[in-house]
Amino acid sequence: MFEIGLAHYLSLAAILFTLGVLGIFLNRKNMIVILMSVELILLAVNINLVSFSSFLGDLVGQVFSIFVLTVAAAEAAIGLAILVVFFRNRGSIAVEDINAMKG
Amino acid sequence: MVVQALAFYLFAAMTVASAVMVITAKNPVHSVLFLVLAFFNVAGLFVLLGAEFLAMLLVVVYCGAVTVLFLFVVMMLDINFVELRQGFLQYMPLGATIGIILLAEIAVVAGGWHFAPEAAKAAAAPIPAIETMTNTHALGAIIYTDYVYLFQSAGLILLVGMIGAIVLTHRKRAGVRRQVIADQVNVNVADVAEFKKVETGKGV
Repeated sequence: MFEIGLAHYLSLAAILFTLGVLGIFLNRKNMIVILMSVELILLAVNINLVSFSSFLGDLVGQVFSIFVLTVAAAEAAIGLAILVVFFRNRGSIAVEDINAMKG
Repeated sequence: MVVQALAFYLFAAMTVASAVMVITAKNPVHSVLFLVLAFFNVAGLFVLLGAEFLAMLLVVVYCGAVTVLFLFVVMMLDINFVELRQGFLQYMPLGATIGIILLAEIAVVAGGWHFAPEAAKAAAAPIPAIETMTNTHALGAIIYTDYVYLFQSAGLILLVGMIGAIVLTHRKRAGVRRQVIADQVNVNVADVAEFKKVETGKGV
């Protein structure tokens, strides 16, 4: 109970990952919350990388985590920019309205 | 040891609770603020794991930049968020089913898993003892040597992301009066001013 091991961190990351996936399903009308759910998923991945790095004594996991963080930041910026442009054109951010390429 | 365990449970519980609030909050502004709380708690967990640099990076990059960006967009878009909530419970059964299945799958995978005995010896960059080198120092020592090309391409990704975001959202608005220096310099005196001979006592 009071011995915190790798399994504790992995369980936390699994729960966080599942919550992120659940968030994508629950907020089908709100793209912003979907982007936030993606951030939660990436955060869960980072927890996994850092905990493995710490418990295996290998620093490379943390380096990898930095790169994941970089990509996550770029993804958030681009995603929000696309969202703003989409809202200007369609006046909505619901996922079901994103069907202009359906024909 | 007990203090460490209690800190872990505190941070983990707060993280999960704020993640639940992120996906269920009625107001997206509250979602963003709970996201900040989740990031802060994960930063605490990273400190417990001995990854101080990443903890600070998480606070600066996520809490400082990404969530502010989210907050900015949420407040900039003029959306009726009550309307967006409709159908929230409609997707609950499907989402909950998939979530439970996913969690069970991860549990099955993680349950039947253990370290290979030689894994600990195969570390590419062993973490140096904290007495000899801090976490930030050790990370810098391998990022700027072994991973310098990856580090440069990470910077390139951020640059492309920044340019992409600007190109996407920039727009020229009609009817905005701007100062054009070239036009001001090239003005012809004859076009804008007129000389008149005013006779004394008569006025113009």
